Amino acid sequence: MPLTLNRRRILTIGAAALSAAAWGGATSPARAAKNDSEELIKKFTGGKAATEGRVRLDLPEIAENGNTVPMTVSVESPMTEQSYVSEVLVVADGNPRGGIATFHFSPASGLAEVNTRIRLAATQQVIAVAKMNDGSFFTASRPVKVTIGGCGG
Amino acid sequence: MAEVKPRIKLDKKQAKKGDLVEVKALVAHVMETGLRKDPSGNTIPRKILNKFTCTVNGKQVFSADFEPAISANPYIQFKFRAEESGPVVLTWIDDDGSKIVGEDSITVT
Repeated sequence: MPLTLNRRRILTIGAAALSAAAWGGATSPARAAKNDSEELIKKFTGGKAATEGRVRLDLPEIAENGNTVPMTVSVESPMTEQSYVSEVLVVADGNPRGGIATFHFSPASGLAEVNTRIRLAATQQVIAVAKMNDGSFFTASRPVKVTIGGCGG
Repeated sequence: MAEVKPRIKLDKKQAKKGDLVEVKALVAHVMETGLRKDPSGNTIPRKILNKFTCTVNGKQVFSADFEPAISANPYIQFKFRAEESGPVVLTWIDDDGSKIVGEDSITVT
C-alpha cells in the first residue's frame, strides 16, 4: 500500500502525537520528593499502586496568594453501600510538610466532593489519592504555580 | 477563642429523601502552622483545628483531618444525602482539645 500523505492524514497524525504527549505528561508527572508527601501516600495506600483517573482535582493554574488557594476534590463513584469512596488523602510535594488533609466519606455523603482552601508554600504538585471501599486506589495530580507563598515563608 | 461562632449554610432547609444537600461552613481560626517565627526568632507554637466532623441526626456523614496546610479561617463545602430530618451538627476540634460546634437542621419530606 503506497503511503500517501495528504493534508488530512498529516493533521490526524499530528493530533494523535499531541494527545499521546499530553497523556504521557499526565500519567508520569515528575515527582521529586521534597518532603514527606511520598511516605504519606505510601502509608495511606499500604504500598499498593494507585491508578490514574476517577479523581478530579480542581485548583487554579496560577495561585496569586499561596495562603489561600481554593481546591475542589471530587471522585467518581455511585456512593452506594456496595461501592463508595471511603477516604481521600491530599498532599503537596513542595510544602514544608506534605500533608494537607484527609477526607472521610461514607454512602451517606451522597457525592464524594469537597471544597476547601489550602496553603501552598511554592510552585508545586498537589496530589490526591482516593481509597475505595473495595480497597482499590485512584489518584490525580495538578501542578500549581504560586506567586506569593503561604506558610509564612 | 471560646466565643467562636461558625457560619453554616445549607443550600436547602427542606429536602426530599435522597436529595443531595450542600453544606458550606466557615469558622474563624488562626490555623497557626507551628513553622512561623515571631520577630524575636521564637517559633510560634502550632494551633490548628485538626479534625472536623458533620453528623446529621446523630449519624456521621462526613469528616476530615486537617493539617497545617489548611488556610486560616478554614472553609469547607461538602454534600450529604438527605435520609432523615434532624439536627445537622458540625464540630471542629482544636489542637488544645477545645471544640467549636455549630448547628443547623434539615427537614426531610
